[in-house]
Amino acid sequence: MLIALAAIKLRDLFAVVMLFGIYSFMTAALFMDLDAVDVAFTEAAVGAGVTTVLMLSSLRLTGRWEKRPKHGPLLPLIVVGITGAALIYGTLDAPLLGDPEAPVHQHVAPRYIEQGPVEVGMPNMVTAVLASYRGYDTFGETVVIFTAGLAVLLLLGIQDNPENRPGRTAIGDQRVLRVVVKLLIPLILVYALYVQFHGDYGAGGGFQAGVIFATGFVLYDLVFGEGDARLVVPPRWLHRLAALGVLLYGGVGIVSLLGGHAFLDYSVLAHDPVHGQHLGVLLVELGVGITVFAVILAIFFAFSGRRRSP
Amino acid sequence: MSQLPGLYNDFIAIFLMMAGFYVVISQGNLVKKLVGLSLFQTAVFIFYISMGKVAGGHAPVLTEGVTSYSNPLPHVLILTAIVVGVATTAVGLALVVRIREAYGTVEEEEILVQDKAAGRLDDEGEDLSGRSTAS
Repeated sequence: MLIALAAIKLRDLFAVVMLFGIYSFMTAALFMDLDAVDVAFTEAAVGAGVTTVLMLSSLRLTGRWEKRPKHGPLLPLIVVGITGAALIYGTLDAPLLGDPEAPVHQHVAPRYIEQGPVEVGMPNMVTAVLASYRGYDTFGETVVIFTAGLAVLLLLGIQDNPENRPGRTAIGDQRVLRVVVKLLIPLILVYALYVQFHGDYGAGGGFQAGVIFATGFVLYDLVFGEGDARLVVPPRWLHRLAALGVLLYGGVGIVSLLGGHAFLDYSVLAHDPVHGQHLGVLLVELGVGITVFAVILAIFFAFSGRRRSP
Repeated sequence: MSQLPGLYNDFIAIFLMMAGFYVVISQGNLVKKLVGLSLFQTAVFIFYISMGKVAGGHAPVLTEGVTSYSNPLPHVLILTAIVVGVATTAVGLALVVRIREAYGTVEEEEILVQDKAAGRLDDEGEDLSGRSTAS
């Protein structure tokens, strides 16, 4: 909370973004404490990693210092105070923290917890709910991510910038950094794959894996020269990969439709319903992972390829 | 009033949410507004996750000898929301970059001044011009 307050006061946007990264890490730790391992995982990878890089690259394009607003803080403070007071009044009837009788634990959650491991056949209930019970929601989220990536590409486009020649970096030739990163990148990529395919058993899944995989390439691009990563993953592949992920997800749904079941009911994919569920979740998570990876990397390319206007 | 300590998670979430809200409505810099929006977003995440917590529960991964788990449903919702959040933030940042290229600034007031000078404000309705005189 203190970090959040400091982030509000500072006028140096660079410091604001850095503080926001620290704040994200603290939030991830808090999620861990609240038993949400998968969420903590995602927040650490996204909030502290990707968001910070994106905000920094847009600061490069827009300028580091913020001007002092002309009007005083009094009116916004009053508005915020009234809204906050109303919200706090609303929480006075809310269930207490950790209360097992709270309404949120009554409706469908017990079924997910008791039947999930039996019906879907995987120990990680978050993955089971994500990909199987709530498959429609997740499909929608994947499409939203795809659309957001499309919007960024429409707005900025991935430009071929003469400053982005392979081998040219903004930070110069840092030998220690290069060696360390060279050691780290294979580990990051392997870890991302582990997260992708082990999501059924432990914390992890397509969303996290996609982000971590993209982070590996972002790191490579930052240290080894803007443009180098584009040689490894050409931007036009990314468009196709992003679409491929969504198509894979939707395709699994269509196959289950053709098999005579509801859209995204994976039981038809194998003779044994539980095996079918398992296979379906695996494919769907793969689709999610591919889309998330392609979109995040495409967004990064779009920002890093842009040149600052005078 | 005896239940107040049990509600502290809600209070933290509301405090952070209001902090983000304050940034969004009071600061003129568009990048800072987006930071405020993300702050608001994380406050919602914290609210949801703390809702799913069960006292004495474990992380919702099937483990032998554990009978009480935290609710996996809020985790799923927030897990996807975080990734969607970064994608939408990126759209916002991309818009800011384009605004900077078109106007040469990312300060809201300077953009309004330029719009007024170009006579574009009338097209966007009365509320915009009304707000600029009020502030």
